[in-house]
Amino acid sequence: MQPKKRKKQATATLRELFVAWFKIGLFTFGGGYAMLPLIEREVIDKKGWTDKEEILSIYALAQSVPGVIAVNTSIILGNRLAGVRGAVVAAAGVMAPSLLVIMAIASYFDYIMKSVYVLQAFSGIRAAVVGLVAAAAVRIALASLKDKPAYAIALTAFVLSAFTEIHAIVIILGGALAGFLVYYFGAKGRAED
Amino acid sequence: MLMAFWHLFAGFFKIGMFTVGGGYAMLPLMQQEIAKYGWITPAEFIDMIAIAEMTPGAIAVNTATFAGFRTAGVLGAILATASLALPSLLIIVPLSNFWEVHRDHPILKAIFSGVKPAVAGLIGAAAIYIAETAFLYDPLLAKKDGFPVDLRSLLIAGAVFVAVRRLKFDPIKAIIISAVVGLVVFGF
Repeated sequence: MQPKKRKKQATATLRELFVAWFKIGLFTFGGGYAMLPLIEREVIDKKGWTDKEEILSIYALAQSVPGVIAVNTSIILGNRLAGVRGAVVAAAGVMAPSLLVIMAIASYFDYIMKSVYVLQAFSGIRAAVVGLVAAAAVRIALASLKDKPAYAIALTAFVLSAFTEIHAIVIILGGALAGFLVYYFGAKGRAED
Repeated sequence: MLMAFWHLFAGFFKIGMFTVGGGYAMLPLMQQEIAKYGWITPAEFIDMIAIAEMTPGAIAVNTATFAGFRTAGVLGAILATASLALPSLLIIVPLSNFWEVHRDHPILKAIFSGVKPAVAGLIGAAAIYIAETAFLYDPLLAKKDGFPVDLRSLLIAGAVFVAVRRLKFDPIKAIIISAVVGLVVFGF
């Protein structure tokens, strides 16, 4: 089964896919959501492989299936742009920096962990990641919050995720149920009135 | 040796297959598998998490690479990371093909209209969690007395936020510059 061609189907060579995901893997510190700002820059702004709103659906999918979120995201986009081969190449791209960096430092672990210069540089990087993720969160909120039910769902998800131990997948499934009730059932109910 | 490769494959395939949500959600299962096969010592596992957080890439991928490398060198590292990603490939490719074909169906559209704001909320919560970790638990800055949040960290985060949001600054350059700035300003 091949994905249906969409109106403005973006294309990518395997090399482009590998390089873009390699960059994302190389400059993501902390994994998961810290990857968002880089994905936005490489995949949305530069390449136009997806847009700010659709990336949320892709993220939801990536978080709801087994595996590493960054790898899952690369597989979804790689598969869309170049089929199974694209999925494999994108996943290899996002994991390759880990392989290279970890193997390079595996023998010098203790030394690196004790270096004060390394800690200083990483304190700077950590602070930068806060700014990057905050900027991405604002952009995404502006792109995805279009009506009152959307605000209510986002606020509920935020509160549940920030203040309870409820797993993200449960919150996503709750959003799916709320979406079904509000936008399908609700719209149908209004149409029948 | 062949047995070591088989264990790496079986262990990391299982980790990739049975954890949903990535990152820290994978650590408990990873710890069990590591204890079972003895790839690395428990102390190395703790150090590994710290290193995985500090180095580029996803935490689970970094940990897989490390365990594989310690057990069976470069081939072991490649095998462990590939095994970790294999379940994702097998599950996601058919699933996302289905989604691409049926995404315009009213029911799927409605479901994703609810899922998107939910993910936006999750990202907002993640931003706060990341800020909390960086500002309050930084290994270098956390021990200091007085004002709990280091002013220099706040300034770097604020500057990066404005540069990326208002000036469309490249996040990769922002990370590199912040590393250099950190090296200088946290040296005092």
